[in-house]
Amino acid sequence: MDVVLDNASAVALAFGYTLSLFVVAGVLSGIFGTLLAAMRVGPVAVLSRAAAIYVTLVRNTPLLIVIIFFRFAGPKIGLTWSFVDISIGDLNLNNLYAACVVGLTVYTTAFVCEALRSGVNAVDLGQAEAARAIGLPFSGVMREVVLPQAMRASVPPLASVQIAMLKNTTVCGVLGVLEAFARMKGLTNDYASSRTEIFVAFALIFVVLVEVLSFASARLERRWRVA
Amino acid sequence: MTALENEERTPGTGEPLVVLDKVDKWFGQLHVLRDINLTVHRGEVVVVIGPSGSGKSTLCRAINRLETIDKGTITLDGQPLPQEGKELANLRAEVGMVFQSFNLFAHKTILENVTLGPIKVRKKPKAEAEARAHELLDRVGIGHQAAKYPAQLSGGQQQRVAIARALAMEPKVMLFDEPTSALDPEMIKEVLDVMVDLAERGMTMVVVTHEMGFARTAADRVLFMADGQVVEENTPEQFFTNPQSDRAKDFLGKILKH
Repeated sequence: MDVVLDNASAVALAFGYTLSLFVVAGVLSGIFGTLLAAMRVGPVAVLSRAAAIYVTLVRNTPLLIVIIFFRFAGPKIGLTWSFVDISIGDLNLNNLYAACVVGLTVYTTAFVCEALRSGVNAVDLGQAEAARAIGLPFSGVMREVVLPQAMRASVPPLASVQIAMLKNTTVCGVLGVLEAFARMKGLTNDYASSRTEIFVAFALIFVVLVEVLSFASARLERRWRVA
Repeated sequence: MTALENEERTPGTGEPLVVLDKVDKWFGQLHVLRDINLTVHRGEVVVVIGPSGSGKSTLCRAINRLETIDKGTITLDGQPLPQEGKELANLRAEVGMVFQSFNLFAHKTILENVTLGPIKVRKKPKAEAEARAHELLDRVGIGHQAAKYPAQLSGGQQQRVAIARALAMEPKVMLFDEPTSALDPEMIKEVLDVMVDLAERGMTMVVVTHEMGFARTAADRVLFMADGQVVEENTPEQFFTNPQSDRAKDFLGKILKH
């Protein structure tokens, strides 16, 4: 344990990257996933088809390939993200970081869409019919009636998706973002005799982080159950 | 508004409000609506009865295009039903619908259920919509439960809220799709009372129901449907005492025996 404690500030910084990747990609995938789900369940056949194709394409591709695509193939087609250069304290969010956020977002969006779609399917058809019957257009039916209820039903699967994403951020360690996994690898190289402790310590931190998410999700689920 | 204002109303002689002309619909192979012709006049109460599977619910739902039709035309106040989109939404705002399973918005309070349409569709100020909602909820006897959620109310109460929700849009016509079929016997009366009151106030109504008592008291006209066709059409008095078709005699024989 001493090794991790001796390097506490470096470890904290690494988890700072991990969490910032998680938060930014989480928010973005939440937004895009909702839009994609609306397209998927909407009445416009072309949009629904396009959303289905997106989900099939992205969900069936390994995350590492998606992120490597944005990291190495992206710049070749002009996606350099070189305009991204933000420093928050010791966190330096550069173009590599941006490519990772984009990769994580693109990937997680597909899962958010499917989690929300399962929630939409859980909403009784009569709810949408009643909303149409009072004259709400499709957007209003979704925004006022279906999605709020679908969100409730989607909390457990959405929590699973975002928990998976939190752990998926470790893939970014391979691509030059000095997040938790990259830091762990660095420490295990530098302190070969303490490898087991380092592994256990990093695993425990992840367990705690995920537990916080699970707790929040359970609270949300209970709070929204009233209606 | 009181019942007195409508004293001079002569049922069924207002101008045509809902007109179905040669309407056909199929569910796959099943011909659910066969050559339906129906004119509902302003202020008229039309009760549609018939055995299950006769197409009466489909007929009711076709009037605000929750079911599409395959042939024929439906016009509302002279305007043909538009295709899916903004115009259809506008038209639906003019047609109140009450469902068998209430379909109150589960995540919204009773008050929010009633004000959603007026605020989001009619763009009324919130205070005005809420004042009107309280009036309507009082009228259907739910005034003191406005802050509750639908799941906290009984079925009969939920259905009365659903009626208030539809009325809040100030519809030209109200459609009732078996409004009491999912209710316990003692709750049926409280819902029917509200509907009778509505009929007396001169609301144009199309009611699909199995409540023969309601048909006798409130209907101007009874439509008897079987196998997707309108088999018989008459005043309630004539229909119940002197049915013409064998199909109607058979149906009435079965339901009136108990």
